[in-house]
This record gives sequence, structure tokens and C-alpha cells, in this order.
Amino acid sequence: MSITLSPPLADRCLRYLLRASAFLAALALGGIVAVLLWRTLPFLLESGSAIFASGWHPRAGEYGMAAMIAGSLLVSLLALALAAPVAIALAAWLRFYAPAAIRRPTLMLVELMAGIPSVVYGLWGLLVLVPWINQWAPPGASWLAGSLVLALMVLPLALLVTDTALGQLPAAWWRAGHAMSLSRLGMLRRVLLPAAAPSILSGVVLQFGRALGETMAVLMVCGNVVQWPHSVFDPVRTLTANIALEMAYATGDHRVALFVSGLLLMAVTALLLAVAWRLRASAAGGHAYASS
Amino acid sequence: MHRRDRWIAVAGVVPWLLVVVPLVMMLGALWQQGYQGLSLAFLLEDPRAAGRAGGIASLLLSTGWILAVCLAVAVPVGLGCALYLSEEVPPGSPAARRLGFVLDLLAATPSVVFGLFGYQFFAITLGLGFSILSGGLALSLMVLPLMIRSAEQALRGVPGSYRRAARALALSRWGWVRRVLLPGAASGIAVGVILSVGRALAETAVLLFTAGYVLRRPDSVFDSGRALSVHIYDLAMNVPGGTARAATTALVLMAVLIAINLLIRRALRRPVLAGVPR
Amino acid sequence: MTVSLVDARRPPSLTLDGVSVHYGAQVAIQGASLTVASGELMALVGPSGCGKTSLLCAINRMADEQPGCRVGGTVRLGDDDVAGLGVTALRRQVGMVFQQPNPFPLSVIDNLRFPLSEHGVPRRQRDALAERALRDVGLWDEVKDRLGQSALALSGGQQQRLCIARALVLAPRVLLLDEPCSALDPVSSRVVEDMIASLKGRYTLLMVTHNLAQARRLADTVTVCWVEGECGCVVESNTCEQVFKAPAHPITAAYCGGEVG
Repeated sequence: MSITLSPPLADRCLRYLLRASAFLAALALGGIVAVLLWRTLPFLLESGSAIFASGWHPRAGEYGMAAMIAGSLLVSLLALALAAPVAIALAAWLRFYAPAAIRRPTLMLVELMAGIPSVVYGLWGLLVLVPWINQWAPPGASWLAGSLVLALMVLPLALLVTDTALGQLPAAWWRAGHAMSLSRLGMLRRVLLPAAAPSILSGVVLQFGRALGETMAVLMVCGNVVQWPHSVFDPVRTLTANIALEMAYATGDHRVALFVSGLLLMAVTALLLAVAWRLRASAAGGHAYASS
Repeated sequence: MHRRDRWIAVAGVVPWLLVVVPLVMMLGALWQQGYQGLSLAFLLEDPRAAGRAGGIASLLLSTGWILAVCLAVAVPVGLGCALYLSEEVPPGSPAARRLGFVLDLLAATPSVVFGLFGYQFFAITLGLGFSILSGGLALSLMVLPLMIRSAEQALRGVPGSYRRAARALALSRWGWVRRVLLPGAASGIAVGVILSVGRALAETAVLLFTAGYVLRRPDSVFDSGRALSVHIYDLAMNVPGGTARAATTALVLMAVLIAINLLIRRALRRPVLAGVPR
Repeated sequence: MTVSLVDARRPPSLTLDGVSVHYGAQVAIQGASLTVASGELMALVGPSGCGKTSLLCAINRMADEQPGCRVGGTVRLGDDDVAGLGVTALRRQVGMVFQQPNPFPLSVIDNLRFPLSEHGVPRRQRDALAERALRDVGLWDEVKDRLGQSALALSGGQQQRLCIARALVLAPRVLLLDEPCSALDPVSSRVVEDMIASLKGRYTLLMVTHNLAQARRLADTVTVCWVEGECGCVVESNTCEQVFKAPAHPITAAYCGGEVG
């Protein structure tokens, strides 16, 4: 193989190119935040607090997002409340109880689920779930429908993160437990799950952020009525669905209000990410076993 | 104790069913709704009557173009950033952590927000309007973190002994990267590209305000074009009687994604987690 | 005043008769026969790869749980064949200590309470038994003021003694030790050694070690293992005196004389 004796010029070019690429990535994020702020700052400074009112009537100049913020939060919280326990329980069961013949195909299936586009989940929700709920409690398109579809969407990654976290625990604990014939349930409850908890929690928080940011599936099954729901069967509208629905025909202040909701989503996402990072850092620091 | 374990071993079937049954039902329902529309003609004809009849040929074309624009930006920039991370920045250093946070935040940003940004910056400020170019560029920003993460993993996976040998031979930076590092990491990088394709195909919201809705075949990247995922949405929500075709399109999209998943498995010979945070 | 689960009678002897361990097609060790008399400590020495750890794992049936592993031969506690015991009962009688200290990420006291609760010991007895185990390993005075603190905050030597206490808290009669000191620094190693010596008489101990000097110091009897062909086997099993001063087998002489291995 011939050694390329390129002069330092090529090396320097390479270095600058690489730095530029990294800079571009950072620029992308900065650009997004900058554009959002640029579009919304005047509006926010002028009538910022109005967005936390309840009435969303763009034609009358009212841009109260409270009901939609509630919609986003409620749909996501219920989805996580449904999905997280199942994901964690199933991950623990697959790793410590299930035979390999069940574990491997199931994990493959779960990975497949993780890759299914949100529109497809939404389509199924629209075709099957909404009419089914409609039979018990019209209109069917509701908070519950949104949460059920979202739960299916966040479950795969929550499960995979839990599986990874459990797999990273020291095998030595498991061996010690075996030598004393301690039950798997006892080990899970007292040692393994608590030790993996920060990593698992970090994953759950990230999935919550993802649920908040989800657009298409909730757009298709939530009913999109701007209101505070009184029961899980009431239709709601999330912030994300709102942007998707109204961006096409919004003008002027209406459009700016939509950008404001985008900024809000971004801020919440950043906050959740910081929480998840903090949790992951505490997980990494906690495993100081086998010292000296 | 082992009695307790035996009980749990059986009870664990419940969460398993809670996951597997809805998934199977979902795939079954989509198949049932959409399989009748599946045919070669479906892939080769253009849509008629707002998509209620005909096929998805123009959509496949638009989707392909959008993907091409997306990868044309995301792969070089992503690879460059990954090289930067693996060559210039030691892992765990403040610079690495800062860039890591930026990338994680980009990865966690909701799709609609990318749509808003893409609309404001690419469509309006840069004057590209509703076009494949706008859509592809906005999409490239979305897959960038994924591309960077996969490529970085691949690059860091190249054994340190090669690096030391290259230094001992006084190889130039460019030579080392070109002749040893990139070829060594090539399969991992290829996986990153495939993962990005999978992610890009699944995205919808970002394209709603950037690439637009137009059904016909695009003449160039400056034309508006409708992606497959957007088509599913439109048929399901805006076109009465369009749900059957939506399901058929969904089946096509899923077939492509499954093929991609299998390709990745083959390339890596182990399961791959798309989008798991670092 | 302390409630004790420990039988006041002498601990049983441990006998292995023609024990072999197969991992799939590979044989780790074959035809291993040895007897550890009641209350004595036997050192199991030999180069790496001759199946010493596999032999230990065969005794408390840890080896059985690995896929593709087959164990042959008989293991007896006293006169009873352990094949008749359930796994849980067996592991209550035979405790195991590993090479790397591996306390659970719980508090010091919880490391001991947890196995007791798992084995159904009533709550009021647990603390007393835990204290007894900690005294047995000489840790009580060192940790009595920080029972609630994390076990991972202890030093390496203390962690290993805690692991031994954890094995002892279930009141086994036989203790299997897999190179318990090899991960420790010389000072901690000596402390653990002295403590193990103090367990003789109350427990029957089988200890794998690479450290011949340690075997000389601690063991009553020594079994030498070697690799013959593709698998391990027992070469000689005799009192410590005999093995080191007047070995019967040439390999023993070479190994213990420091010429090989």
C-alpha cells in the first residue's frame, strides 16, 4: 500500500473541514432556537402571558394555549403510565424468566415496533381503535385513544432501554445470588431493579419527551377539539396537532402564536433532556463496586 | 422462593400478551384493509382522484428525491462531525460533552418544530418555497444526530492499535483517515446511513410544511413533492374513502422498513437499537 | 442470648467421588475424588484451566445451571448423597465465596438481612444472626457504627469479609472459597486469611488457591490438580506435610517445588 505523503496542507484542510462539520451541527440547533425566538419575541414581549389563558380563538385574536398544553400533558402522562410498567415488567421477565426461544423473537418484534412510522400507528388508531372506543363512549376520537396509541409507540424503546440497563449490571451480583439460592424475584426487587432504576428512569423521561413531541398519531385519533377534558373519552387537542392543523392557513399573529407553541415544546424538551442526563450521570457514578 | 419464581414466570405472559397482541392485531388490520390494493400496478401508476385510485409511482419518486437530498447533506456533514469527534476530541472531555448535548437535543426535538424551522428558514428565508429541497434539507437536520452517533461508534470501534501503528509510521492525517480509518469503519458507517434512511422514511410532520402536498411527479428538486408518509396521512384524514389506499401505502412503507431492518441485521449480525440515547 | 440456626454438632465431611464436569463436548475436569474431613480446610491447587473452579461449581450445582453443562460422579456431605437434596437446601448447607468481592449495592446490614429474608427467617431473628456472622468474620467492630451505609463504601478487604459473612449468615456447614484473597492487597489478604483460619473446626472448608505459600499456611490437606491432555484431573491428595515435603507424584513435586506452573 502506498503511503500518501500529502503535505500538511491536506491535513490542515481536513481539520478545518471536520471542525466546520461539527460547527454546522451546533449551528443547526442554534439556528432552530434562533429562528423560533426571532419570530416570537415581539409577540411574547407584548402579550406573552396571554398564551396561558384558556381560550383559543385565533380569529378573535385570543391565543390561550392552556387547554392544549393540558391536552399534550394529559395524553402523554396517561400513555407513559400505561406503557412504562408494562415495558419494565416485560423487559425483566424476558431477561430473567423467559426461555431464549421467546426472548429473541420478542425483542426482534419490539425493535420492529420501534421503527414503525407514527402515521401507521395513527392509521390503525383511526381504523380500529377509534371506532371500537366509539362503541362504548362516542365519539371515540379522544384522550384515551391518543394515550393508547402513544403507549404502543413509546413502549418499544422504554423496553429496550430497560433491557440494556439490566444487562449492564454486574454479573457478579447475579452469581452471588445464585450461590445462595436467592429467588429471581427477590433479586429483582431488592438489588437489580433499584440499581438499574436511574438508567430506566432516564429512558422513561426521554420517552415522555418523545410522547409530548409526537404529532401525527395524536392528530389522527384525538379528536382535535380545543377543550379541557372532563373524562378520558373526551376529545382533546395537543400543541403539536394544533401546529400541524393550523399552520397551513394561519397568518400574522396566529402564525406567530403557533411558533410560540413550537418554542414552548422545544423548551420542555430541553428541560426533560437535562433531567434525563442528570439521571444517567447519577447512574454511572453509582456503580462503584469492587473498590481498592 | 422458587415457587414465587415459578408463579412470576407464568404471570409474565400477561405483559407479553399486552404487547404482542395489539401489535399483531394492528398488522393484521392493516393487511386486511390494504392487501387488495397491492399489485405491481400500484407501484408503477400515478395516483388518480386524489389518491383514491391508481398507484403511488409519483410518490415513490418524490420520496426518493427527498431522501437523496437528505442523505446528500446528512452523510458528509454527519461523517465529518463524527470524524471530528473521534479524531480531535477525546471522549468525556468538555467539548465532547457539549457537542453530545447539542446532538441529543437535536435528536429529541419534536418533528413539528423542525417543520416550523424548515418552513421559516428554507421555504421563506431562503426562498425555496414548498419543495423537495426544503423538505430534504429539514429532514437532513433530523437524521443528522443519528448519522453522527452511528458513524462515531463505528470510527471509535476501529482498534487503537491501528492508530498507534499509523503514528509510528508517520502517516499523514489525511492518509490515515482515507486508507485505514474509513475503510475499517465502513460497515458501521453504512449501517448509520441505512438507519438514517429508515428514520427519514418514517417522518411526516416535518414534511408537511416544507415539501408540501403535491401529488404529481416533481420536475426537479425545486418542485413540491409528497412523501409516502404524508400520503398516508392525507388519505386517512382528508380524503373520504381513502383509508383503504392509505393502508395499502402503509403496507408498502412497512415492507421497505422491514427490508431495511433485515439489511442492518445482516450487516451487523446483531440487533441494532435505533434512536436509543447515548 | 443469640438465637442460632447453627447446629452445635460437628460439620459434615465433604467427599467427591469420580466427579467430572463437561461443558458440551469439552471436559473441564474428570475423575476428581477427594475427601475433606470434618472441620478441616483443604486447599485445591494447580495451574489455571485445570478445572478447579468448575469442581467447586459442581458441588453446589452452580455448574448445572449453565446451558450444556453435565456433571457426573457423586458428592456427599457426611454420608448423605447431595443428589437427594433440593437446590435450595443444598445451597443453605454449602456456602460459596468468590474471587472478586461482590457485595450487593445495599447497606452493610441489608446485605445480610436480604438472604435471610429470602430464606424465610423471621424478622426478629435477622439482626441477631447478622451480628453473629459479622463477628465471625471479625468485621463487627469495624462496621457496627455504619451498618446503614452502603456496602460499596467499604475497602476491598472489608467487602470480601462481608461477602464471607453473607455466605455464613445462612449457617452453612461447608464453605467453598474460590481464590478469596487473590483480588486483595497483601495486608487485606492476610487479615482475610487469618479469619478463614479461625473458621476451621466450625466449618468444613474447600479453598481454591494459586498461592502455594497460602496453602501451606492454612491448609490441613492439599489436593493438586493438573491438566492432562485436554482436561483436568486430580493428581495427588494428601496432608499438607506430605504434599510439600514428600510428594508422591512427580508433577506435585515439580509444581509445589516451583519448577512448573
